[in-house]
Amino acid sequence: MFHIYCPYCEEHREEEEFHPKGQAHIQRPVDPEACSDEAWGDYLFFRDNPRGIHHELWVHAVGCRKFFNITRHTVSYEILETYKMGEKPSITAADLSEKDKQAGVQAASGGWQTVGARPESEALNKEARA
Amino acid sequence: MSDVKEFDTRPAGNPSAESPLAWTFHRQGVLPRDANAGVRLREKSFLGHLILRGGAIILDEAVREVLGMALPARPNTLTLDESGERSIQWLSPDEWLVIVPGGEEFALESRLRKAMGQAHYSIINVSGGQTVFTLQGEKAREVLMKSTLYDVHTQAFPVGKGVSTVFAKSTVVLRRPNEDSWELVVRRSFADYCYRWLLDAAAEYGAIVER
Repeated sequence: MFHIYCPYCEEHREEEEFHPKGQAHIQRPVDPEACSDEAWGDYLFFRDNPRGIHHELWVHAVGCRKFFNITRHTVSYEILETYKMGEKPSITAADLSEKDKQAGVQAASGGWQTVGARPESEALNKEARA
Repeated sequence: MSDVKEFDTRPAGNPSAESPLAWTFHRQGVLPRDANAGVRLREKSFLGHLILRGGAIILDEAVREVLGMALPARPNTLTLDESGERSIQWLSPDEWLVIVPGGEEFALESRLRKAMGQAHYSIINVSGGQTVFTLQGEKAREVLMKSTLYDVHTQAFPVGKGVSTVFAKSTVVLRRPNEDSWELVVRRSFADYCYRWLLDAAAEYGAIVER
């Protein structure tokens, strides 16, 4: 068991009190009526699965019941920081150490979501990155 | 003036009411009364519980005016009035639990609504949904240490602190209103489970249950 810092309770609490809620900072398409099926599908179903820094949404389910964000390293499982809703993370993929970069550690860039995880989607992935 | 419809959840004519532990006590028959008990357990039933939600500033002004107490602004804190019978506890950045002697809650709710006017807030009467246990005695902390993950050492948990946390396999609001007692605010449906858990945990120290 380990402790997680709740930015609202302002203290470390047992992990058992928290629930993970998946990727953070997902933006809803501004005009859902006008967006393409693909963009809507990405928004609804596809999530980043980076090796390295990941921003996640968690909820302090048994404590204050507030949602907040955690920046976590998916290789070491280290929690790098926790911050309130509406705040920007101070640690991002750009802060990854040179060693991590050489080892090929990727990180989720803000807003960009994976278009399918299958090899045949590579063209789409390239397109989305561009 | 508020345009919210209110109603008093306490029926007129004083019909008999039963606490969440009524059946538990009935089934138990004789309540435990061990000699040299390390733990004293008591249910404070039929208190008035209100949940206040809204901005801290507007709520603070209203409770100062109506209750004469400040709203605890810091996380995990608890304020009590001089008699110790009325308390306000921080639950989350926009949520507070007010506990007052039973029967006062409806009048208090009306006065708070009047003081708050058209502000954006909510008051919910949850008196029927939860009950309060008090745990006293020199082994009370030992019993809590067996039951909750939260650090209940006196340094980490001073008087005037209150947290909602995991307790046994349920959740409670755990608080320390004064030097020699702990309070557990438990859900009505978990009251029997928590009571029996506490008795089981206290068995090795000896327990007295007061009604």
